[in-house]
Amino acid sequence: MEVRKPPPVRRLTGNEGSAPRVEVAPPPPGIASHDVASNGNGYRPSSTFAPPPPQTGRDSAIAIDRMEVDELSVAYGAKPAVTSVSLPIRQGEVLALIGPSGCGKTTLLRSLNRLTELTRGASLSGLITLDGVDIATMDPTALRRRVTMVFQQPNPFPMSVFDNVAYVLREQAKRRPRRAAVRGAVRDALARAGLLDEVADNLDHPALRLSGGQQQRLCIARALAAHPEVLLLDEPCSALDPVSTRLIEELIVKLREDVAVVIVTHNLQQAYRIADRVAFMYLGELVEYGSAHRMFGSPREQRTREYVGGAFG
Amino acid sequence: MNEEYFLEQDRDHEFLEGNRGLSHDQRAELGLGALVFVVVGLLVAMLAFVLHEAWPSFAHNGLRWFGGGGSVDQQIQAIFNSGEYKTAPVYTFHAWPLIWSTILITLGAVAIAFVTSLFVAVFIVEFAPAWLRRILEPVVRLLASVPSVIYGLAGVLVIVPLIGNHLITQSEKASVTPTIQLSGASLLAAVLILTVMIAPIMIAVFADGLQAVPRGWLEGSLALGINEWRTFWKVAVRTARPVLVAGTVLATARALGEAIMVGMVSGGVGFAPNPIDGLVFFFEPSQPLAAAIIRNTEGLSSPPMKHTLYAIAAVLLFSSAMLSVIGWAAKQPMRRYAVVS
Amino acid sequence: MSAVTTAPVRKPDSSSASWRLSDRLGLGLAWLLGLLFCAIAAAIVVYFLVEGIRYLRPSLLVTNPAPAASESQTGGFLDPLLGTLILGTMAMAIAVPVGVGIAVWLSEFGRPTGLARVAESSVEMMAGEPSVVLALFGLSLFGLHALGFLSQSTHGVVLGQSFFAAAALLSLVGLPLVVASTREGLQAIPSHVREASYAVGKTKIATTRRVLLPAARPSVITGTMLGLGRVISDTAIVLLLLGGTLTFQAANSTPVLGLLRGTGDTLTGYIYYNAPTGDGNQPSKAYAAAFVLMLLVLALNLGVDFVVSRSRKAVTWK
Repeated sequence: MEVRKPPPVRRLTGNEGSAPRVEVAPPPPGIASHDVASNGNGYRPSSTFAPPPPQTGRDSAIAIDRMEVDELSVAYGAKPAVTSVSLPIRQGEVLALIGPSGCGKTTLLRSLNRLTELTRGASLSGLITLDGVDIATMDPTALRRRVTMVFQQPNPFPMSVFDNVAYVLREQAKRRPRRAAVRGAVRDALARAGLLDEVADNLDHPALRLSGGQQQRLCIARALAAHPEVLLLDEPCSALDPVSTRLIEELIVKLREDVAVVIVTHNLQQAYRIADRVAFMYLGELVEYGSAHRMFGSPREQRTREYVGGAFG
Repeated sequence: MNEEYFLEQDRDHEFLEGNRGLSHDQRAELGLGALVFVVVGLLVAMLAFVLHEAWPSFAHNGLRWFGGGGSVDQQIQAIFNSGEYKTAPVYTFHAWPLIWSTILITLGAVAIAFVTSLFVAVFIVEFAPAWLRRILEPVVRLLASVPSVIYGLAGVLVIVPLIGNHLITQSEKASVTPTIQLSGASLLAAVLILTVMIAPIMIAVFADGLQAVPRGWLEGSLALGINEWRTFWKVAVRTARPVLVAGTVLATARALGEAIMVGMVSGGVGFAPNPIDGLVFFFEPSQPLAAAIIRNTEGLSSPPMKHTLYAIAAVLLFSSAMLSVIGWAAKQPMRRYAVVS
Repeated sequence: MSAVTTAPVRKPDSSSASWRLSDRLGLGLAWLLGLLFCAIAAAIVVYFLVEGIRYLRPSLLVTNPAPAASESQTGGFLDPLLGTLILGTMAMAIAVPVGVGIAVWLSEFGRPTGLARVAESSVEMMAGEPSVVLALFGLSLFGLHALGFLSQSTHGVVLGQSFFAAAALLSLVGLPLVVASTREGLQAIPSHVREASYAVGKTKIATTRRVLLPAARPSVITGTMLGLGRVISDTAIVLLLLGGTLTFQAANSTPVLGLLRGTGDTLTGYIYYNAPTGDGNQPSKAYAAAFVLMLLVLALNLGVDFVVSRSRKAVTWK
């Protein structure tokens, strides 16, 4: 039976439209084919492949340490969700947390802005620091303005587009600023989120009447309006169509210079397209952490190889 | 789904019995439609009847029906006598003291109850500890279903003596003696009891509405770095504004129509409380519209009295209809940004 | 990936600004009013509990009120209690079939749309209407000669006050609740259930009767109980249309109909009568009757809770 190979996955470089495209093969496990069982279609991943071109500019010294996770363990009641995870989060690169469902990646993400505290019975141990300061000692509201989150389901407020983006600016100022004062910041945030062109003619359009992809970009704009240092994204594209997904992925890659981006995704192709660093988690443990190049090309751990190769997930 | 539903009784299957005149569905539709028509017709007839009976009183008094002048109690007595003793019918009636009393008591109670109920509902839904919430929810519903006469009983036995004996000073009583008696049955008592009666209703409606706000919005706001109070206030309360309007309209309608309880504690005197009187204003007795009807139903056999009572009823009916319209109108602008349903 | 620099120091966030004064005030007010409400609610509940238990004696439940000078001889409130139960049953016996019929028509048929909209608005208007107005109307309505058979007549003047009269008007009080609740229950049934039934050839009315109404039964029961609660709590209609005689005064000697054509009283009327503002002025009896009435209301509330919680545990449509 003739099995068609999956279409080639192109890595996003953030220069879409200007640089020539380079095609690369889909992420293979990089091991001899007999080590990986074929799936029912008879597809055997090839054992030779062309490694992706070296990342441009990724090795340069632009990555700034923002957060540091040190031996973090989170448990809900008696059930451990995350066990002893340590990794850095840097501005200038996109960190993808990958792993099968229930492996703790969302819990890890939510502990970065202390949203785990909202769940009853959650207990934390270990240290997370933001710019050197232990986040447990910070005011949670202040923390969350510096580390904002975009959720899986777009959740714009039932207000106009303008009010949604201006929400954070209005609510965190000492005195409620006038509309004219925040208009510039709102437009700027919408531009960074790639939504300004579509809504510029009517910023008072009800946010809930936008399409799903537009709503999610609005949520990103809303999160960016606070000028955060770290942007957390919890499977932001899983509820969206492919066109919106692509728009958001390009947006994420453009944002990484200004904010540290951490994205949880169960879509390996997405991680391949946009991540600079990848952390693979399994059953609450951090199995492996490294550059995307290495994780997809030559992972050290057996479990990583199997997951990336599609043996389970 | 039990399969028996689909097996038996041929007469449920139209195609098996062929078309004998009207089908089952058409018969049912006609029958039920006739029922609806009859009920609606009855309600419309009632409305028409009330207006028709009210007309003579309005016709004789014109717009001065709503104005002031003279003692309402005396006017009522005169009206009754004229019909009872078959002399020339007297319709003179200036209902302003009753209207003023209704406005003061209803608006006062609704204003206090609204603010209180909103904060209590916010407290119950968001900030109360779980064990307290579990107790409060059934308690609120129980209080909302207490018959009004029982609140009236508590009012008469507890609040009225409290006000009469402890809050009103002798000098205050003396200051108004020729005109009225200050006994504790007063504006203050009526507003307090009415507030206690309608607050649980409002709390129940508000709490339901606040709870229906999707948690995703609240979590999103918290994740942006806004504190819990501000998140709840700016997102949940704002989203629940239509529910706030609906609850307020409901409670105001109840307050307006509350005749028995308010009649027990408001003093039963057709007097228009005067704000200029200062503190004594709160202790003055009065009689709202609905209580006026109840107090005077023995006089229904006297035709002018009947027309007057129906006129008061018509005003009440019109007010509650107006409330619904105001509520609907208030909700319209809120729909622009709301959920696409 | 070794070059790591420390981040530029960000200007410190004034974290006290995250909780503005108005926020603190708001939260404080919510707590204050919440606890105040708890205190007042507790006071009300305790007050009636204490006074009720103090004055309630079993003998009160089985003796009839009797006019007498001293309180110990004025008897209990058996007839008023029975009156409450009888009126409640009669009113709901009218309201439930009519209400369910209206709800079914609105939900499943609903043509012509003009009538449907008028029906919806009138039922809603009825829900907000003061019962005084209904009582007044009832008085005139049942005073007509044509309806004289529903009550007593003396010297050719129709009295217009009887159980029939009161029940008729009270059914209007309970009707909107039954309609609203049943409609909600019917509309909650997803359309694929109806489609499945039509697909096997059942008529609409048969579907309603055999599939939809049984499924919406919890809502119908809830609406009935809520309506019953409103009915037994009403005082205005009872005062005006039941005649206010402390014991049943049957119109004639026919066993049931005579009673229903006659006058009587209910617990609410009894309480009103015995309040300090009423003619009887026996607060102790009023407290006892209030306690019993509250027990009835509480039982209805618990019944609604029970039905709702059971229906939630029942089969879901998905």
